[in-house]
Amino acid sequence: MSDYLDMELLRFSTAGSVDDGKSTLIGRMLYDSKSIFEDQYEAIEASSKKKGEEHVNLALLTDGLRSEREQGITIDVAYRYFATPKRKFIIADTPGHIQYTRNMVTGSSTSNLSIILIDARKGIIEQTYRHTFIASLLGIPHVVFCVNKMDLVDYSEETFHKIKRETEAFVSKLGIKDITFIPISALKGDNVVNKSEKMDWYQGGTLLYFLENVHIGSDYNHIDCRFPVQYVIRPQSDEFHDYRGYAGRIAGGVFKPGDKVIALPSGFSSTIKSIDTFNGSIDEAFAPMSVTLTLEDEIDISRGDMIVRDNNRPDVAQDIDIMVCWLSEKPLQLNGKYAVKHTSADVRCVVKEIKYKVDINTLHRMEDDREIKMNDIGRISIRTTKPLFIDEYKRNRNTGSLILIDEATNDTVGAGMIL
Amino acid sequence: MKSYNLNHLKELESEAMFVVREVAAQFENPVLLFSGGKDSIVCAHIARKAFYPAKVPFPLMHVDTGHNFPETMEFRDKYVKELGANLIVASVQNCIDNGLAVEEKGFNASRNGIQTVALLKGIEENKFDAAMGGARRDEEKARAKERFFSHRDEFGQWDPKNQRAELWNTFNGMKNFGENFRVFPISNWTEMDVWQYILAEEIELPSLYFSHQRDCFMRDGVVMYASDVIERRSEEKVEKMTVRFRTIGDMTCTGAVFSDADNLEKIIEEVASTRTTERGTRSDDKRSEAAMEDRKKQGYF
Repeated sequence: MSDYLDMELLRFSTAGSVDDGKSTLIGRMLYDSKSIFEDQYEAIEASSKKKGEEHVNLALLTDGLRSEREQGITIDVAYRYFATPKRKFIIADTPGHIQYTRNMVTGSSTSNLSIILIDARKGIIEQTYRHTFIASLLGIPHVVFCVNKMDLVDYSEETFHKIKRETEAFVSKLGIKDITFIPISALKGDNVVNKSEKMDWYQGGTLLYFLENVHIGSDYNHIDCRFPVQYVIRPQSDEFHDYRGYAGRIAGGVFKPGDKVIALPSGFSSTIKSIDTFNGSIDEAFAPMSVTLTLEDEIDISRGDMIVRDNNRPDVAQDIDIMVCWLSEKPLQLNGKYAVKHTSADVRCVVKEIKYKVDINTLHRMEDDREIKMNDIGRISIRTTKPLFIDEYKRNRNTGSLILIDEATNDTVGAGMIL
Repeated sequence: MKSYNLNHLKELESEAMFVVREVAAQFENPVLLFSGGKDSIVCAHIARKAFYPAKVPFPLMHVDTGHNFPETMEFRDKYVKELGANLIVASVQNCIDNGLAVEEKGFNASRNGIQTVALLKGIEENKFDAAMGGARRDEEKARAKERFFSHRDEFGQWDPKNQRAELWNTFNGMKNFGENFRVFPISNWTEMDVWQYILAEEIELPSLYFSHQRDCFMRDGVVMYASDVIERRSEEKVEKMTVRFRTIGDMTCTGAVFSDADNLEKIIEEVASTRTTERGTRSDDKRSEAAMEDRKKQGYF
C-alpha cells in the first residue's frame, strides 16, 4: 500500500500526424506495460481479423467514437490512462490533422511532457516544427522526440543523429527547458517499454524508463504565492458561527499560517490564520493543492479576488498582451467583445489590436496577414473591463492563461497566453 | 531543498475538489447524481471535503430504476442522512407508470436505457443547471472523449463532434436558458485510483463490493444475481456462489465476479491482477460497439 501512496502523476500529450505511428506507439505502451485488459485485446483482435490484417493492430486500442471509426480518423482529444509501479500516467492523445492546433493546444495545456513523433524515413517535416512550436508556446517543460520507424531505416545510428542534430538546431530558438531524443520502433516494440536489441549504439533509456524517471517536481511554480479565491465558505452553523474560509486551489508558491498577505483588488492586508482541510489544519500548502484559508482580519473578499504575499505581487492590469490560439470557425474580430475567464475571475474584454499572426510552420511573424481564423495563432492586445491579476505565462501557467468566450454562443473561442 | 510533490491520489483529489467548487460557484442550481455505487460515493466524499466545515451546498439525486440491490438502497439512505444532504429520487417506475417510458421485454430486459428518461425529467422538473456524476474516462471509449464540463442542449443531448475546448483548469460553464451541464469531477481517475482512494480515506461502501455468498446463475459467461426482476431460462440453474460486484448498477444488467476479496486490500490486489475491464460485467455496454456513445447522445450521463 505504501508504494501506491508514493506514486507521482505525469500528464503527457502525444502529437503526430496520420501515418507516423502515434496510435501504434500508444497501443504499444499500453500493451507492453500490461495495461490492456483481455476483453479489450479480444475486441481489437476480432476487429483486426475482420479487416483482414495480418497482426493484431495495436493502433485500434485508441479508436474512439463511431464516427471516427467510420472515417478512420480521430476527431477529438482522447484521454487514456496507465500506471506502472512508479507513476500513474494520463495521456492526452491529440489527433494530428483535423483541427490540429485546437486539439494540440487543448491536450498540451495540462501536460508536463509532450511526445513528438518523427518518422525516421522522412526526418523533420512541417508538422515537426508546428508541434514543437505549440509545445513551446504552451510551456510544456519536457519534450521527447521519438524517432520512430527505426526498423525501416535498418536501425541506422547515422539517420538518428542527423535528425537529432537538425532538430536541436531549431529547438534552440524556442526555449524549451528539457529535450530528449529516443530512437524507437513502435511497431516492433524497440525502446518503447523494452530495450531494443537492434540498437546497441544507443546508450539511453527506453521511452517508458524516461517517462517514469523524468523530474517533474519543479514543473509547478513554488515561488510566487498566488491564491485565486474560488468560493467563500460560510457554514452558518452553531459550531462554526463566525467561520469565514476562502476556498481555492493554490496557483503558485507555498502558503503558511502566519504569512503576511494582501487581498487583491482591495489591497487590504492581513495574516493567514489557518489553512484548513477536512482532515484538519495543515502547516503549509502549495500548488496544486485545494485548501481553505482563513485570515486574522475580517476583510471583504469574494470569488475572483486573489490572495498573494505582500512582497511578491502579480501585475494588476487591464491592458494585456497575449498570444492567442483561435478555436472557432468564426474568426477573431478586431474591436470585438468577448467574455474572459482568468483563474476565478470573470470579466469582459475588447480586442484593441491584432499585432501579427504566426506562421506555425516556419515560425515567421506575418504582419501583413492579421486575420486570425480557426487554428491560427497570433499576438493581440486586449483591454478588460476590470483589472486582472496576472503573471507571464512562462512563469505561471495558472495565472498566465485565460480563455475568451463568444458571448452569443457561450463557446470557448480563444486560448490566451499572457506575455 | 524540500520537495513539494503531491502523490497521484492527492493530486486527483485536489483536481476533483476544484471542479466541485467550480460547479457550486458557476451554477445556480447544481445537483450530484448519487447511485450508491463507489464512484458516486467518492464524488460525495470529495464534495464533503470541498466545502468543509460547511455542508455540501447542493442536493443528491438518485435515478431509481426500481431494480436496485436492497443493500444499495439501505446504504444510500444511511449515507445521505450522515451527510445531512437533501435526497431527490427520480423514479423510472413513475416514468413507466405515466407512459413516458416503455419497459423492455424478454430475457435480457433492462431498465438501463430508460434511466435517461427519468434522469432528464428529474433535471427538468427540479430546474437543475448542472448535474455532477462519477463517470470516469477510463471506463469506456466514448467517455474517453468527455469533458469535465460537458455542455448539453435543451434536450440534454451530447454532441461529441462539437464539444467545447477545455483548456488548463479553466472551466466554461456559460450557457443559454434551458441548457445544462453534466460535470464529471473524477474524469481522470481509474478504477484502481478509486479503490486506493477508498482505502486511503477509509470510505465506507455497500457490502455488495465485498466477497459474499449469493444465489446466482450464469448467463453468457456472466454471473448474474438470481433476483425476482430477471426472467430466467429453464437451463439457467441457480446456485450459491462466492462473489462480489465490481460495479453496482441496475440488478438486471450488473454481473458479479467470483471473488474471495472480502476487504479493501484484497480488492486492490484483485483489481491489480485482473485481466478484464470493469464494465466487462455490464451487459448494457455489450449491446453494440457504440452502445455507450449512443446512450450519451440521448442524454445518458
